[in-house]
Amino acid sequence: MLHNNKKTLLCSATALVATLLAAGSAQAGETMDAVKERGQVVCGVSTGLPGFSSPDDQGNWEGIDVDVCHGVAAAVFGDASKVQFVPLNAKERFTALQSGEIDVLSRNTTWTATRDTTLGLNFTGVSFYDGQGFLVKESLGVDSAMQLDGAAFCVQSGTTTELNLADYFQANDMSFEPVVFDTSDQTVGGFEAGRCDVLTSDTSQLNALRIKLSDPDGAKVLPQVISKEPLGPVVRQGDDQWFNAVKWTLFAMINAEEMGITSENADEMKESDKPGIKRFMGDEGNFGEAMGLPADWAYNIVSQVGNYGEVFDRNVGAGSPLNIERGINALWTDGGVQYAPPIR
Amino acid sequence: MTTPSSPPPRGKTPFWRDPAKRALMFQALMLAALFAAIGFIVSNTLDNLDARGITTGFGFLDDTAGFGIVQSLIDYSPQSTYGRTFLVGLMNTLLVSALGVLAATVIGFLMGIARLSPNWLIARLAGAYVEIFRNIPLLLQIFFWYFAVLRTLPSPRQSMSLGEAVFLNIRGLVVPAPVSESGLVWTLVALVVAVIAAIVLVRWNRRRQEATGDRLPAGWISAGMIVGMPLLVFVASGMPLTWDIPKLGGFNFSGGITVLPELLALWLALSIYTGSFIAEIVRSGIQAVSSGQTEAARALSLSGGMTLRLVVIPQAMRVIIPPLTSQYLNLIKNSSLATAIGYPDLVSVFAGTTLNQTGQAIEVIMMTMAVYLILSLLVSMFMNWFNARMALVER
Repeated sequence: MLHNNKKTLLCSATALVATLLAAGSAQAGETMDAVKERGQVVCGVSTGLPGFSSPDDQGNWEGIDVDVCHGVAAAVFGDASKVQFVPLNAKERFTALQSGEIDVLSRNTTWTATRDTTLGLNFTGVSFYDGQGFLVKESLGVDSAMQLDGAAFCVQSGTTTELNLADYFQANDMSFEPVVFDTSDQTVGGFEAGRCDVLTSDTSQLNALRIKLSDPDGAKVLPQVISKEPLGPVVRQGDDQWFNAVKWTLFAMINAEEMGITSENADEMKESDKPGIKRFMGDEGNFGEAMGLPADWAYNIVSQVGNYGEVFDRNVGAGSPLNIERGINALWTDGGVQYAPPIR
Repeated sequence: MTTPSSPPPRGKTPFWRDPAKRALMFQALMLAALFAAIGFIVSNTLDNLDARGITTGFGFLDDTAGFGIVQSLIDYSPQSTYGRTFLVGLMNTLLVSALGVLAATVIGFLMGIARLSPNWLIARLAGAYVEIFRNIPLLLQIFFWYFAVLRTLPSPRQSMSLGEAVFLNIRGLVVPAPVSESGLVWTLVALVVAVIAAIVLVRWNRRRQEATGDRLPAGWISAGMIVGMPLLVFVASGMPLTWDIPKLGGFNFSGGITVLPELLALWLALSIYTGSFIAEIVRSGIQAVSSGQTEAARALSLSGGMTLRLVVIPQAMRVIIPPLTSQYLNLIKNSSLATAIGYPDLVSVFAGTTLNQTGQAIEVIMMTMAVYLILSLLVSMFMNWFNARMALVER
């Protein structure tokens, strides 16, 4: 008896010390140091969404969200390939970031007030302005969302889509049946099998998912867009250095497009005498220093990953099977809303 | 003159020499350490959550949920609170668990008895059932029923139908819903009266048999009363019940009751899987009753049915109930696999969507775990009570 008690006591004490040691909280610089020590950026992406983050037939991840991660790696290490991708479903994503399993979440995630303020996370910017829409089968004979009263909707669990759907139908005094799945693939499966009449998600995703259907021409995206979905990268709150690094990676890509710097002409442009471009390239001033980045961080991003326009075209735009128009994702100078603060 | 120190009086050993007291002291110390450790972990977690700007507390339960749930046994709309989503999920978990326990018990007992059948074919079929369904992972069986069986059903417009009243399609099983009119309450009253009368009759019959040896066919009389009396009142009060027949309109059937395919798949998988374990438990329970008991009953000229009912099963139940409890507990916990096919159970609705929309993982997961713990403890308590009743009363 006595012996046992002593042993248990010892165990409790050890556990206590272990917990004490494990205690700690986020501090500025912590993430950057951990990333540099590890030698790669751990980036949370989707489980497979063409154009945003999906593995190609060789298993390499590609997409806009993936390129943001490559951009961060290029800024930190000068080598865009130093990224490890962690596929996450919508339910897992925030916990994975909160717990420190990933350094940055770049997974078509909508910026909302709740997520920005109560989860202990910070959105660093908007990599894609999206909106929620509906995909229906042609055979249904529906051409407006207002005709969908009483329909069954396949929707991914834990998304803003689920909330917007309820809002829209309440506002228009219609009823709906939500059929909820964990992954985007499952929602497509349910839609194809006829478990639901409508697949609802961000319109860009609907275009991507439509291509994956066995009969893409038998389905169409309705014209209505029922919500604002600004998608962007997310980091943990409380580590401003890392927050800045991820934020300015995206800004650098947008600024590069505005200045006309591309992955192809980056080396020529490095010789330019224009002060703005010299600052961008790190030849004048050192804007990377305060973020813990080398002086040529922005040059590395553009030369290895490309500017925002290149990334957009390659993954979702004219150069991709999705063929999504720039629309509001065009630069502010071209009538869109993509606008980055200047590097100076 | 010095007083010689007198030896301490007997029985006044110092407490640290008394093994009983010493043990008590160590236990108190350990308990204090345990509470200190728990307190430390809790406060440390709260500190860290606070430092990282993550909201804590249970205030979120009063916030508007804002998402729809496809099946709810209580009133629910997207304007309901997160607290309500908890209840909706809980009720859905209870529903599939209760249905599963019932069906698994029936399947298990039938198959367990069938395995012992002298009929070669029946015994082998039951044996094959047990060996197949016991040895395939439950998740795969759920996927099988959902994706391979129910996903291949036709669209609502091409539904399979039974008498134009019951329809089966990929959106589920649609059955007519009973609609009560005024006066139906008397039928229910008659049913309750009949059940009470049946209980009284059976008890009286048992006492009478013990006293005199005479017995009435109380089972048949009770059955007649329970079916006949409500039926008589129902007809006499002018059949105050209509049926809401489902009609195809718009996207799907309206009216009637729709049993979701997710619920069907989960129910089938849970009951068939757990039924295979219960079958083995029943078989072993029956075989644990020595054949001498059966022979003795036969020697007393009890019929085959009476031997089974009065001699074998009461003794077999003592062996069956404890492992049966474990199977019920397993079934309830396994129902959380619902989330894999989107049945809106507690894990899917509350620990899934609600957790994600509020981001309060610790609170939500704690509540969900507490539910399964309490459910399991309640079932255990009930089964222990049942077991104590069925136990051999030694005289």
